Amino acid sequence: MLAQTIRRLIVAVPTLLAIITACFFLMHAAPGGPFTKERQVPPAIEARLEAKFGLDLPVHEQLMRYLSGLARGDLGPSMVYKDKTVGDIIAEGAPTSAILGISAMALALLIGGGLGIMAALRQNQAQDYVVMALAIAGVCLPPLVVGPIVQLVFGVQLQILPTGGLYRDEFGLRYLVLPVFTLALPLIAIISRLMRASMIETLRSNAIRTARAKGLPEAQVILRHALPIALLPIVSYVGPALAGVMAGSFVIETVFQLPGIGKQFVLAAGQRDYTLVMGVVLVYSVLIILFNLAADLMYRVLDPRARAT
Amino acid sequence: MTDAVLDNETPPPETMKGRSLWDDARRRLMRNPAAVASLYVVAVLVLLAVFGPMLWVHPTDAIFRESVGIAPTLDNWHILGTDTEGRDMVARTLFGLRISLLVGFAATAVALTIGVAYGAIAGFIGGFLDEAMMRFVDVLYAIPFIFFVIVLMTVFQFDDPIMNLIFIFMAIGAVEWLTMSRIVRGQTISLRRKEFVEAARAAGARPMEIVFRHIVPNVLGPVVVFATLNIPVIILAESFLSFIGLGVQEPLASLGSLLARGKDQLQAPWMLITPAVTMLVTLLALNFLGDGLRDALDPKER
Repeated sequence: MLAQTIRRLIVAVPTLLAIITACFFLMHAAPGGPFTKERQVPPAIEARLEAKFGLDLPVHEQLMRYLSGLARGDLGPSMVYKDKTVGDIIAEGAPTSAILGISAMALALLIGGGLGIMAALRQNQAQDYVVMALAIAGVCLPPLVVGPIVQLVFGVQLQILPTGGLYRDEFGLRYLVLPVFTLALPLIAIISRLMRASMIETLRSNAIRTARAKGLPEAQVILRHALPIALLPIVSYVGPALAGVMAGSFVIETVFQLPGIGKQFVLAAGQRDYTLVMGVVLVYSVLIILFNLAADLMYRVLDPRARAT
Repeated sequence: MTDAVLDNETPPPETMKGRSLWDDARRRLMRNPAAVASLYVVAVLVLLAVFGPMLWVHPTDAIFRESVGIAPTLDNWHILGTDTEGRDMVARTLFGLRISLLVGFAATAVALTIGVAYGAIAGFIGGFLDEAMMRFVDVLYAIPFIFFVIVLMTVFQFDDPIMNLIFIFMAIGAVEWLTMSRIVRGQTISLRRKEFVEAARAAGARPMEIVFRHIVPNVLGPVVVFATLNIPVIILAESFLSFIGLGVQEPLASLGSLLARGKDQLQAPWMLITPAVTMLVTLLALNFLGDGLRDALDPKER
């Protein structure tokens, strides 16, 4: 298992290199640089600026400089925020994004998992149909549409929750309710569908029939015997889904004005802050590779059958 | 077809006419009320998008200076109000729907073309080429595609709104073909040892002819399903781009750019609700249609 983990990590390196190189050349193919502004700076100043960021070097040398910086954990300076490095900016945004993503995923697992189990236990009854109808609708409720609508309803019309912003000092939680709910909604829908399907299949298995035949109480059959098996597809879903949550958080952070990485990425893209855009793409790519790896490892821990292969 | 045994409510056909996969699929689709309803909704939406902007009493970009940002009213047919520039919301939404659907269909067509060709060639030729082509897909898979679209849209910005629009669906299509190529490759591998391919080869068909004349038509089922389900994803992606200001530019509008404007004018809720509802109906209908098509074309999946 250790060997396999190491092999996966080694394979990830060329992947990342390819991503960096592709982004790098794309950025350099762009007409106009970060210092092309409406107010023209004198050529001498522009030349000095370009020299400071190494933009006057040949492209392959710039790439080498960037890569050697990366090896030392340096993502380079931001081209728009002159006093900050890309690392600083990402570190500033990371807690907000992490809180948002993790709480949305936790909420989705709790509610989606719960609803899915309930639907499975009441298969083809009223509760099942209600949950499945909600799940189908939920998949089609993108944050882009739901976000502004919940802002309108809860923030403007009812005035019970703030429409955006993040103030960590006083009642920070209230500011998270709407964004987390909006981000979690499609996840709840998908997880409840997955959970229902997998639970129904598990309940039909021989292991569960044996557990029932032994005369175990129903609650114990469900929670101790069926749940760990039924959770397997959810585990393999959550890894890649976290990547989706992060992409979704772009929308959420933009809609709700939260100072996370997604919001900064969107701003940076608008301002053509190349190094910041590259930095964020890189950080996300690393996270996605790690999440997928973690999901695979979890799967192996939970499912003894997967270890044999 | 096992299906003939399963469906005992239809009487056996009088003449023994062979039924194609597509005939079967159409019958199954027509028996699914949700899919039929969504088919009608999609048809209505497409008609509205194509003809609506021409037929509605107000032109898309007419500005009514005397009625700026008014709530829905029957006066002068502003039944869904006007925006803060004084443009009729019905006209704007119809036009936004047109652009959103256009991007959805066009980008899917781009993704379809690249994905089918790529997957079919990789799967048919196999060996080292297949390995290399699929590792490349794996690399691209490691990044959420919206990143790449944003990077592309950041790098290439066109001043001409029409050029920009064309670039949007090229950019989205150019990164959305990955799943398509995987599906097609898998299907191709399972088909390439089949007798009809053998027969085509024996008849002297060239490899590319076999791929595009014999294999591609046989993988269209899953491709159609995926394409249908992909349209709402692309509509959403475009909306997101427009939402953050990297998508369609004024005077063009898409559902996403209308949502973005509505979101900034919460004191005028009709500016938000109209595009939001249009968007939800579109997404729901396309998703249900895609699900229905999947059940119809691939009964095993149920």
